[in-house]
Amino acid sequence: MSKQLIKARDLHKHYTINDGFLKSSKKLKALSGVGFDLYEGKTLAVVGESGCGKSTLARLLTTIEEPTSGQLSIDGIDMGSVQSKAITKQLRQTVQMVFQDPFGSLNPRQKVGDILQEPLIINTSLSASERKQKALDMMSLVGLRDEHFQRYPHMFSGGQRQRIAIARALILKPKVVVLDEPVSALDVSIQAQVINLLVELQKELGLAYVFISHDLSIVRHIADEVLVMYLGKPVEQGPSEVIFNDPKHPYTQALLSATPSTNIKNKRQRIKLTGELPSPIDPPNGCAFNPRCQHANKSCKISEPVMDTFGKSRAACLALDEGRI
Amino acid sequence: MSATSSVSTSIRAQQWKEFWFYFSVSKTAVAGLVFLILVVLMALFADVISPHGPAEQYREFAKLPPAWIEGGQLQFFLGTDYAGRDMLSRIIHGSRLSLLAGCVVVVLSMSIGVLLGLIAGYRGGWVETLIMRVMDTIMAVPGLLLALVLVAILGPGLLNAMVAIAITYTPSFVRLTRASTLTELNRDYVTASKVAGAGPARLMFISILPNCMAPIIVQGTLSFSTAILDTAALGFLGMGAQAPIPEWGTLIAENRDLIMSAPWTVTFPGIAILFAVLAINLVGDGLRDALDPKLKRS
Repeated sequence: MSKQLIKARDLHKHYTINDGFLKSSKKLKALSGVGFDLYEGKTLAVVGESGCGKSTLARLLTTIEEPTSGQLSIDGIDMGSVQSKAITKQLRQTVQMVFQDPFGSLNPRQKVGDILQEPLIINTSLSASERKQKALDMMSLVGLRDEHFQRYPHMFSGGQRQRIAIARALILKPKVVVLDEPVSALDVSIQAQVINLLVELQKELGLAYVFISHDLSIVRHIADEVLVMYLGKPVEQGPSEVIFNDPKHPYTQALLSATPSTNIKNKRQRIKLTGELPSPIDPPNGCAFNPRCQHANKSCKISEPVMDTFGKSRAACLALDEGRI
Repeated sequence: MSATSSVSTSIRAQQWKEFWFYFSVSKTAVAGLVFLILVVLMALFADVISPHGPAEQYREFAKLPPAWIEGGQLQFFLGTDYAGRDMLSRIIHGSRLSLLAGCVVVVLSMSIGVLLGLIAGYRGGWVETLIMRVMDTIMAVPGLLLALVLVAILGPGLLNAMVAIAITYTPSFVRLTRASTLTELNRDYVTASKVAGAGPARLMFISILPNCMAPIIVQGTLSFSTAILDTAALGFLGMGAQAPIPEWGTLIAENRDLIMSAPWTVTFPGIAILFAVLAINLVGDGLRDALDPKLKRS
């Protein structure tokens, strides 16, 4: 059994929105009740449409923000109980992050070398030459050449920039890397290169990935476990092959039916979702998915479903509970 | 090592080249820059260039007109004032004080303003409210009036005038920096530094500040010209540089009684102020166009 690196239980994150001076403040539930386990060398994919709380989850995992409630332990240490700064610092080195947009995530005024050395300057007491050597090693690991060290980010293509971002995330030797849509801003041909690089690095360094994405074909390729989210809530969770071959939740089914397939014979029935994603400030009563669900009935509008086990995966759906699907 | 450093210098050179390409698009900006360089050289070599000492009095040649007017003498090219001091020498020496005033005011107001603006934008909350309301209060009073009041409190003199003017210029830098900081703060590269564990000081000065510099530089250049103007205005009102010092505004003030009998004593310092301010404004406009990424073509 490989080592458990992240244990998340019932994570909630609420933001208070002040809507002007005289209006009462509102609560935005960006994340409610997310839980998962992540083991060494494994990949957890977090899937959902934009605004479902994927990025909030990333911010919680990288300890930039604290959860409103719930338990989060990283590498065996419970975040809620951590008091000393040294441990926070160490935990921060354990989880690093790669951002979606490689054009926004690299400081345009810093050279690649400086970008890569920044985490080392902050977190270690290495000498300048040691830092430089580490940065150069990391660059060759992600497929960048030594002469790139002195260049500015704007001199690189999107794929190369994302390699720089990956190098920066790995330079502190983290155990977990949060990948927030790492390839969605790239061309399809470059996407494959970066994904292959990530897979190689995972094998080589034994990394655990939290792979946030909306591109299901990539998720299928890379993930060991999948967590499907809708409006800040988990709707289905399970091993990758189970989710992809036998989706239980109507939302997962709809998502999967929307991915293009190259297999003409195996043409699936497209399930079309109508309507918009509701606002997380004012979520619908009952199941959050009920306004767009084809299986919704009265009870879906009243009571909220909880995660239940169905075969090898878990899903939160009243229609499943009641055996209507 | 030598290979990498030559790469970096060539990048620097390339950046300068690119900057110059965009800057030189505007011919007026280049003209302004050339004139500004001339003024700077004039200030640096004032002792060498000026035909006479700035305070040297030639009593027998008092109120002499410029050389090209009848009665003028070539050795006093722009004429002399009531005490027989050479106007050209006084204006040349005055450029030193005006440039100094501009520099001091801009450096003071920019450093304080940028610091406060960064803190306000980064910290938010009550710190931001406090800083910004104080700045609003300063801005509510007309700049020159506030400077006058401050000089009246501090006592007249060039240094106090510069400090007073710097205070009135600070709010514009604070606002500008705060606005840029707020936009940059939510960019991913700042979050990336946070994930790497960067503290507030590092985030503010290493991550955010360099990316806010372009508008601040432009504002600095434009403030430079108004600073010269305001120092001259304070000098003219008797609140800035005091009488024997050949500051341009003071020159106009001490000769204003002669405006009918010897108009050149007032005209030439005025023209000097006009052209210096114009040149700096042209350079500032050119800088803005060259540094604004939105205006970049090709």
